[in-house]
Amino acid sequence: MVDLTINTDVARQILTGFIRSEVTRAGFSRAVIGLSGGIDSALSCALAVDALGKENVLAVRMPYRSSSPDSLAHAELLIKQLEIPSKTIEITNMVEPFFALDPNITQLRKGNVMVRERMIVLYDQSEVFKGLVIGTSNKTEILLGYSTQWGDSASAINPIGDLYKAQVRQLSRAMHIPTVIIDKAPSADLWDGQTDEGELGFTYEQADQLLYLLVDQRYSLQECVDAGFDKQFVNQIINRVRRTQFKRMLPPIAKLSNRTVGYDFLYLRDWGT
Amino acid sequence: MAEPKRVNYPIHCNDRNVLSERCGLNFSGKIWAMKLHLALAQIATKLGDVESNLEKHIDYIKRAKSNKADLLVFPELSLTGYVLQDIVASVAHRPTEDDPVFKHLLKASHDLDLVIGFVDEDERHRFFIASAYLSGGKVVHVHHKVYLPTYGLFDEGRFFAWGDSIRSFDTRFGRVGLLICEDFWHASPPYLLWLDGADLMIFSSASPGRGLNDKEKLDSARWVERVNKAYASMFTSFVAHCNRVGFEDGLLFWGGATVNDPNGDLVAQGPYFEEALTFAELDLNQLRRTRARLPLLRDERTALVQKELDRILARGRSNH
Repeated sequence: MVDLTINTDVARQILTGFIRSEVTRAGFSRAVIGLSGGIDSALSCALAVDALGKENVLAVRMPYRSSSPDSLAHAELLIKQLEIPSKTIEITNMVEPFFALDPNITQLRKGNVMVRERMIVLYDQSEVFKGLVIGTSNKTEILLGYSTQWGDSASAINPIGDLYKAQVRQLSRAMHIPTVIIDKAPSADLWDGQTDEGELGFTYEQADQLLYLLVDQRYSLQECVDAGFDKQFVNQIINRVRRTQFKRMLPPIAKLSNRTVGYDFLYLRDWGT
Repeated sequence: MAEPKRVNYPIHCNDRNVLSERCGLNFSGKIWAMKLHLALAQIATKLGDVESNLEKHIDYIKRAKSNKADLLVFPELSLTGYVLQDIVASVAHRPTEDDPVFKHLLKASHDLDLVIGFVDEDERHRFFIASAYLSGGKVVHVHHKVYLPTYGLFDEGRFFAWGDSIRSFDTRFGRVGLLICEDFWHASPPYLLWLDGADLMIFSSASPGRGLNDKEKLDSARWVERVNKAYASMFTSFVAHCNRVGFEDGLLFWGGATVNDPNGDLVAQGPYFEEALTFAELDLNQLRRTRARLPLLRDERTALVQKELDRILARGRSNH
């Protein structure tokens, strides 16, 4: 069993410093977060409040008519606990006319449309509240590519993208996120009964452990098998990481000139600040 | 303070008797009964904004001066920021009196000695990660980083030229050596500085924090602190380390300046993650006391090292 335990004091200090630095250097002092009622957005939100102050973080709840009532309630719990401004903007009336255009629309397509609609709402609220959109994707789902491109993966900065799911849970406990949010089964809540682990076909615990060996410790396939992982599972994860690399990148630009964005036009985002 | 009498030996001396004699000459208690008030400025920088960073240097210099510091050390690339990439050419400076940045720093060095991190551009337009030692309005020494990490999150070799010398130099506090970050991740540069007479090694860094686990310190901080302490212990010398702070995109530089004395004991430590000016009073007589007890320098068998190195290199067993 791999020990993924982190020192939560150090993590908290670094991640709040990161939010404060990167938000202010971009010329902002506020943040906007889509609060789903799940643990990832709850943690990002709590970190942003730590970094920027409770009056400077806007939580936006964006339910669809079939969303679980628990999601709204859990988000409400956190909003009250953190004493932050919030808005509830239902996306039903935005996405249903789109769904109605194609009677053959699938569950997956609907889910993607809903996730991207939420992105549109968040970026609009970013303009209204004058705050940057804070990301809520953790390392496990980023590596697995378990996200909708330009949907839930869209943000200005992401404080929790280098924390595996187990570490998100550990830090969330340290930051006093309500237990009911930490303990419930992770779900994108795009359709009734959906759970991440049901859809992925394995548990986050298994994925965390294996990804840590593959990515952080640079284990080979055989070394992972020797460490006790099922060969088929290891292959499945390796393939999944490779197949979803496009989701972790900006679109490649075809090179024509001597200097091309993405290849030899290299500057950090913090350039000049 | 009178300049100590000094005998210049060739840099690649390999005679153990010469080394021990040099040590005795430089650091008999009579000649070197002095204290060095050292200050380490672990600052955050603006990426590519030299003017703004210079202002911060001047501010820290004033603060160090008002606290009666003799020598103030800034981190690696303190005038420019670290992940420069394509900014490199536009932030390069020459450490000369007519340079618009260095003229201010050279002027300030009349009050206290300074170690400044910058991008040095040579006459043939090669760009180096550099540290300059300034004193009394003069450039005493410039070190070009000799090890450019180009792996993992680092890409220095893509943007910078490799320095090609490791030299100690004389200052009003004795003989000093400068190294920059990855330089001291390798054992040979501190070892060479030691043989070249440095009794105070000044390391500057822009070290990104990494390796969070269940411990109180990041892996990168633990590693750097461990080797700093080891060099001070093994070389019975003062080792000062100044690492910057602040973020550049997702990278956090962890700070945590340290000074270890010739016994390998920590005499000063700056905080992690925040800007600070850390002061340390170095009792240079500690060199004499430690080396009287533990004559590692006297007994260092440089001729043996050279003989074995010649053999190893001749057989092609080394990297280079």
